[in-house]
Amino acid sequence: MNKTLAETGKQAQAAAVRRKRRRGDNLSGYLFIGPMLLGLTVLTIIPTIISLILSFTDWSFIAGLDKIKFTGIKNYSLLFHDRVFLISLKNNLVLLLVVPIQLIISLVLAVVIDKLVYFKSFFKVIFFMPYISSIVAVAIVFQLLFHPSYGPVNQFLKALGVKNPPIWLADVHYALPSVMIIMVWVGIGFSLIVYMAALQSIPKDLYESADIDGAGTWTRFTKITFPLVSPTTFFLLVTGFISTFKSFDIIKVLTEGRPAYSTSVITYYLYTTAFENLKTGYASSMAWLLFGFVMLITLFQLYGQKKWVNY
Amino acid sequence: MRKQNIIGRTMATILMLMAGMAFVTPFLWMISASFKPEIDVFKYPIEWIPKHWNIVDNYREVWVGEHPFYVYYWNTVKVSVLTTLISLLFSSMAAFGFSNLEFKGRNALFVVVLMTFMIPSYSIIVPQFMIFKWLHLFDSHLGLILIGSFSALGTFMLRQFFLGLHKDYLDAAKMDGAGNARIFVRIAVPLVRPALATYAILRFIWTWNDYANPLIFLRSDSLATIQIGIQKFASESGAYYSLIMAGTVSAILPLIVIFVLGQKQVIEGIALGGVKG
Repeated sequence: MNKTLAETGKQAQAAAVRRKRRRGDNLSGYLFIGPMLLGLTVLTIIPTIISLILSFTDWSFIAGLDKIKFTGIKNYSLLFHDRVFLISLKNNLVLLLVVPIQLIISLVLAVVIDKLVYFKSFFKVIFFMPYISSIVAVAIVFQLLFHPSYGPVNQFLKALGVKNPPIWLADVHYALPSVMIIMVWVGIGFSLIVYMAALQSIPKDLYESADIDGAGTWTRFTKITFPLVSPTTFFLLVTGFISTFKSFDIIKVLTEGRPAYSTSVITYYLYTTAFENLKTGYASSMAWLLFGFVMLITLFQLYGQKKWVNY
Repeated sequence: MRKQNIIGRTMATILMLMAGMAFVTPFLWMISASFKPEIDVFKYPIEWIPKHWNIVDNYREVWVGEHPFYVYYWNTVKVSVLTTLISLLFSSMAAFGFSNLEFKGRNALFVVVLMTFMIPSYSIIVPQFMIFKWLHLFDSHLGLILIGSFSALGTFMLRQFFLGLHKDYLDAAKMDGAGNARIFVRIAVPLVRPALATYAILRFIWTWNDYANPLIFLRSDSLATIQIGIQKFASESGAYYSLIMAGTVSAILPLIVIFVLGQKQVIEGIALGGVKG
């Protein structure tokens, strides 16, 4: 820790240079961040403000700006009496279940792959493939696999002797669970990779001393692995929740909210309201509620992190 | 003891291979279906290796048929490459500014960038659409590229790496009279090259797979990207499932290739972003 005189001198010199440069830094600093900041202002910040303003209006963007009517919080109160919106919101809440299921499966896979398996990186690639593939392609493939009458899944079930296999995406009760199965399938690779990185950072000697104490596999998992990856679990839980609120592609391609809105979600209802029914104001209030939910989860992250995470 | 270990490992590997089947089977089915004549697609038991091959006809129909995939491909390659390059340039510049330069209001501006990251893209598509109409960016590749290029994510990710650079190293260059632009190009960028590669691959994959933005900001069929193309193809060509599967194989294949070639970068990038949170 002893600093030599030469090093201290060098540091003092460097600090002087830093001070002298500061004025020059001001200008070049703005030049460096300028393009990104300009882009974000035009494409994100201004739209956010416009969206907030429009959420208090009754307006359609094909009508022209002079037709704007301010209606206060009417859009928001309408939303809570809008059956389709409430169903979509409920479906979004059900979709949250995807995340813990995904995390349990991927943690188990990660532990097995990390410690007990040959060809580690081969497995990483295999499980990650769905995540790399486009959701549009995946959705189309699953549509065929789960086809009610010809799909391989139902043909297989029939061959096993199941008389009336579920008609999956066409059935009001099975459609949302089918979507959830696909979402779990797609997302496992991501959590798996993050978990494997977390497992690698657990000190080996913890396990060694547990071995000396005669701890079994299960005890080692519950007493060492699980607590030590809890920050990762928490991170994956929060980002997972946020991303389920943003799922749109899979619904649009797979079901378009059908049958009978049983798979509609907020983003999809927002899309149809804005671009098919052309109710700009109403769609904007939905957009802000969506933003609100995401913010709520983010706040939960900020406060919850200290409480529930064991470092 | 050792022998037991080997047996245990082999068992676990076999078990994992079975789990892995659940992940590979849909892909294998897709590829196999794309090689078959239409009537064989839903045959049961499944002919994993087709008895009758129709590969040339299927792929020719998809690539140069009524919805020509080569157009969608070219559009997607163009948009993805340009988005990646522009995003890489502006993100790394901003990241360098926020990490290694000192200027007035730096922290406040960084908080602004942070906040844009929390806004879900679906919350602002309507005003974005209106702005694009006004600026005549609607139904153009330029608009799509701009939307993809300006994301705070790259700025965050790369900033982490620029923060990790040794300050003395950069200060030494300053003492030699190098300007910030020169330091950025000659020293900082080369030092974080692995991080840039990771971000570039991820951005390329995300743009290639993007469905919502082309759906909303493009209208002309001649400008459509692959994701829009296969969906159109799937909904308009009715029951030609072998052709649809040839389309999805074509859409996924380049990404699988890029992923396998760059898997180290992709996996490390995801792991790093994830663990750091």
